[in-house]
Order: sequence, then structure tokens, then C-alpha cells
Amino acid sequence: MNKCPEQIVHYMHEYLDGDISGEHEQELKTHLASCPSCQQHMHELSKVAAFVQSASHISAPNGFVEGVTARLPKETSKVGMKRWFHSHPLLTAAALFMILMSASLFSSFNEDQHFSFTKQPNLVVEGEKVIVPAGEIVIGDLVVKNGDLQIDGEVDGNVTVINGQYMASTANVTGEIEEINQVFDWLWYKIKAGAKDVASLVDGKEDK
Amino acid sequence: MDALVNKRIKEVLKGDQNAFAEIVELYQDKLYRVCFRMLGNKHEAEDIAQEAFVRAFINIHTFDTKRKFSTWLYRIGTNLCIDRIRKKKPDYYLDAEVSGTEGLNMYSQIAASEELPEDQVMKMEMQDRVQYEISRLPDKYRAVIVLKYMEDLPLQEISEILEMPLGTVKTRIHRGREALRKQLSNM
Repeated sequence: MNKCPEQIVHYMHEYLDGDISGEHEQELKTHLASCPSCQQHMHELSKVAAFVQSASHISAPNGFVEGVTARLPKETSKVGMKRWFHSHPLLTAAALFMILMSASLFSSFNEDQHFSFTKQPNLVVEGEKVIVPAGEIVIGDLVVKNGDLQIDGEVDGNVTVINGQYMASTANVTGEIEEINQVFDWLWYKIKAGAKDVASLVDGKEDK
Repeated sequence: MDALVNKRIKEVLKGDQNAFAEIVELYQDKLYRVCFRMLGNKHEAEDIAQEAFVRAFINIHTFDTKRKFSTWLYRIGTNLCIDRIRKKKPDYYLDAEVSGTEGLNMYSQIAASEELPEDQVMKMEMQDRVQYEISRLPDKYRAVIVLKYMEDLPLQEISEILEMPLGTVKTRIHRGREALRKQLSNM
């Protein structure tokens, strides 16, 4: 057995891997024909391949896929939202509308930085402060934007101060008093104003 | 198949998990089989194969769609298996050769119990026997033998999966085959 060339075993493996050259194959074959011990070795090696390949094909256990999906990290909100949009087109449209609406309201809040107030005949203006002088009676609603309001007299209506301060000493206001300094207050005010407009429109129609 | 898989991968890249479930469906048997053959334990194989899919999902953006998906997936799976095997490796392997001796392994160092290991082995069912012999192989030979003979993969693909040169794959298959030959010589 010791007399066998070393490369013979190597050729056997090359042969089994299917990448033996013609030359080596010839050498291997002539050697195997004359050497029983190498024949035995070759036989055993082929048996190994057959043995391992005899293993039955097994498949993944039931519930394998579910097991994987359960272990996946949480789906990105992007896709979840996309799927939600697909299944709720109407709500999507409504949401989009709301977003655009609120965006326009926000921008109007930011743009509207100049001082303004409801024109009433008997008001006194000092810088950015509107004063209802003592003894005077303002009839109708009063709105002051980006300025302060000081009431010394009387207001027969609602008072709204946006982005400013409301100061009253012995004030006498018949309607509601509102002070708006926050974006959300502003939004709420806009929405309420819109609702009131709609309501008055409906009322007006009904009156006719 | 590859076109379908690449389409699904694109959907997964957008974050769609449902598309990934389809990929798992396609490859679950292949990957589970390799894991089972390497680990020899159903529960571990399921755990590792599932973990491999999860890793594939997390790292899907690193996959080059010009390449074969199965190769990439096998690589993740075999790496996890090899890690697992190494982690639970005992200090002494009965099959390990005793240093300074040739052909003497740790089996020869322990006193024979009532029944010789070979006799027990003879009683095994053929299927268990295959698995048993595979599990006795050192892990570096085990991976190549499993991929070559159980999954019938070409040597080139095995070299890509295990990220080692073709020559190394061949050498390991040769050694693995010789090791199995010795293990089976009593059959």
C-alpha cells in the first residue's frame, strides 16, 4: 500500500468532484486496476457520497413563516400608512384637505403680523394700543390684532384681542371677551369664526 | 424564480413585510434543511433558520440583486450555524485527536461502557445514522459536506457561500470525505 503514489488519493477526490483532467483520470484508472487497496479506498469514498445523499429531504416545520414574521422588526410607519391610505381613500382625502387647510391658516397667522382693529367711531389709538375712552360706549364687536386693548368705557358687543393684551379697569363689556396668543387658539378662533359665518349664512337664508 | 425574488426584494426594500413573507415561503425548506443538517437538532435548526431570515430582512439593502439570493441567504444561515456550533463546543471533543498520537482520539481515552459506541450506532435508523455521522465531522468540514452532498450545490457556489477560495472548499471536501470514510469503515 505504501508504494501507491500519493497523488492517487487526490485524483480520487478530483474524480468524485467531477473536475479531474483526462490525464489524471487515465492514471487513476490504470492504478486502480492494479491496486486492490486503492480500489477499496475508492469504493469507500464513493460509498460516503451515496451514504450522505441518502439522507431524506426534510422540510421546514409548520408555522415557520409565521415564526419569522413574528420576529421581524416593526414595519416602518411609511408602509403601514401607505397601506392604510389604499384601504381608506375617502378618509385620506379628508385628512389631506385638513392638512392643507390648517397649513393655510398657520401661514395666515404668521403673515398677519400688522396692527389692526375694528373701526369704530369713538376709539382712541396710542401707538399699538386701542383705548375705549371713559364715558364712551362702543356699539358692536371689537377685534384688535397685534396690539393691546384698554377699555375704560363700555363695549356693547364681543371683544377679541389677538396677539396682544387686554386691559380693563372698570370695564363694561356686554359680550364675550377673548384673548388669543397661541397658534392653536388662533386656529380654534378661525374655525369658530368660520362656523359662525356658516351659521349666520344659514340663519340669513332662513330669515328670507 | 430570480426575477420574482428580485421583485419581492424591491418591495421589501420599500418596507413591505408581506413581500418578505413570500420570500421566506420560497426558501424556508432549503435553509431549514441546511441548518438542521449542520446542527442536528430540530429546535435549534428552526431557531437559527428563522434568525437567518430576520437578519436577511434587516440587511436586505446590502444584498446585490445581480447575485443569487439563495447564495446570500445560505451564507447568513451557515455563518449563524457555525457560530452556534462554536458556542456550544465542549472543551473536549471525543473525536479530537490526542496530541502527539496519530489516529488516537478521545474515545480511546475513556473506559468502555456496557455497550461500545459502534454497537449503538449500528442500531440507529439509517436517517439518524447519516445525521449522526455528519454531526461528528469538525464544523469546517461539516458545512462543505452538507452544501455539497445534501444540497447538491456546485463547488463555485459553495465557495461564494462560505467566502473562501475554491481551492479551500475542495480541500475541505476531500478531508471531510476522508473523515466520513473512516467513520463509516465499520459499516
